[in-house]
Amino acid sequence: MNVLLDNWRPLVDGLLTTLWITLVGGVGAIVVGVLVTAARVSPVKVLSGLAFCYVQFFMNVPLLALLVLFVFALPEVGLIMPLLTTAIVVIILYEAAYVAEAVRSGINTVSLGQAEAARAIGLTFLQSLRLVVLPQALRSVVQPVGNVMIALAMNTSLAAAVGVVELTAAAQKVNLVSAQPIQVFVGAGIGYMALALAIGLSTGVVERKVAIVR
Amino acid sequence: MSAGVRTASTDMTPTSSKRSVPGASVLFDAPGPRARRRIRIASGISIAAIVVIIALGVHQFADHGQLDAAKWEPFTQWPIWRFLLTGLLGTLEAAALTAVLGSALGMVMALGRLSKVRVIHYAAATYIEIMRTLPVLLMIYVTLFALPAYGINLPLVWKLVAPLTVANSAAFAEIFRAGILGLPRGQEEAALSIGMTRGQAIRLVVLPQAVRIVTPSVVSQLVSLLKDTSLGFVVSFSELLFKGQVLSTFNHLLIQTFLVVTLIYLVVNGSLSTVAHRLQRWTARRTSRGGKPGVAAPPGMALTPMIGEGHHE
Repeated sequence: MNVLLDNWRPLVDGLLTTLWITLVGGVGAIVVGVLVTAARVSPVKVLSGLAFCYVQFFMNVPLLALLVLFVFALPEVGLIMPLLTTAIVVIILYEAAYVAEAVRSGINTVSLGQAEAARAIGLTFLQSLRLVVLPQALRSVVQPVGNVMIALAMNTSLAAAVGVVELTAAAQKVNLVSAQPIQVFVGAGIGYMALALAIGLSTGVVERKVAIVR
Repeated sequence: MSAGVRTASTDMTPTSSKRSVPGASVLFDAPGPRARRRIRIASGISIAAIVVIIALGVHQFADHGQLDAAKWEPFTQWPIWRFLLTGLLGTLEAAALTAVLGSALGMVMALGRLSKVRVIHYAAATYIEIMRTLPVLLMIYVTLFALPAYGINLPLVWKLVAPLTVANSAAFAEIFRAGILGLPRGQEEAALSIGMTRGQAIRLVVLPQAVRIVTPSVVSQLVSLLKDTSLGFVVSFSELLFKGQVLSTFNHLLIQTFLVVTLIYLVVNGSLSTVAHRLQRWTARRTSRGGKPGVAAPPGMALTPMIGEGHHE
């Protein structure tokens, strides 16, 4: 345990960076994902086609390839952002596709009568989506979206491969100095497991809180 | 047969007959004249927005000289493609190894977690839960930097495949377990009641059906696994992304190279995803259609005659 205590500074900094990416990335991915789903189910063919392509693209291209593309290649055409920002943007775009798929499956579980009733009282498409369908759909997909969030937390480690010093990179740096790989990597692993556990537990709490009692 | 035709046609149009109006869906009716105009306006605005974004992108590319023919011309030549396609071969090799080993290990862990022996159950459950919540990159760093310190230096390909196998085995285990648990209890009980041992029941009755149920999820997992092999970039294993990196340091065509690499991933994974999607629809249709000779019949139907025969003996 000594190595971890002696090098707590870089490790805690790394952990905080991981938490930051997870938090901002998670919130961003949920917002973008819901917007993409709204476009996907809209009556406007152009938008739903665009949303379909978006989801297909990001589900079929590796995150690491996107990170490399955005971090190393796109600055060549003048798209330059700070490294951490770039990583967060890529993670948001990537995970939003998974959130969108999860939310869409939730929309499919909302019973037909709900949408019909919403239309019957004269709500427009956007109103019925925002006020009737989405609130119910989102409640039913807390668990799947939570799983996406856990995957997102795991995927933040890929940012290490393009130079972001988060927990994985910090662990590797400490290991280079201290040459105590087992302790360092087990420590980092416990960090990730705690993060996943925290997301899993809060998912459970949120799910119970928002569950519809029928 | 007629049932099959009916299912196929209801697949295409929304469920009840009154909403078989073209353009209608669960969320909106067939648009009237006003709604049609609104949809046209929205389409117009979104097309305009897309065009503007594409134009801005093209302008940005052209501004930095990235659209020059000279910068794209190398990618019309076979040697470049051969170089990248060898990378794709490496990707497929790593993915195939991971798929075979990962699913085998996953199956063992799934059965372990369902075992009635407590020690095995807890060991498998612990393994699955830990491996599911560790980033793959961390495991790769362990094989890259930690294991060599203890004299374990894996060959290059295994530095990628071993961590991927461990990580994916946990995912496969959960998929298989879901399939086994998703099967009606009666299947195993019936097998036991005709005198099979539990091993036989699982091997001959439960697994063949469970594996068939989860085939679409397994194929989706293959897509995710194929994406994971891009981590070969970190271990310098010659797969597609790493080859792209090597190529770009030679030709200095970063954007072009990585865009082409992205495109190759998109094509390969896109076809795999399509297969998964087809399988899913096919499975759904087959199970809703009712038993067909030679394939897994729905539990209720298969069970009845079997019990009947038992009574006669």
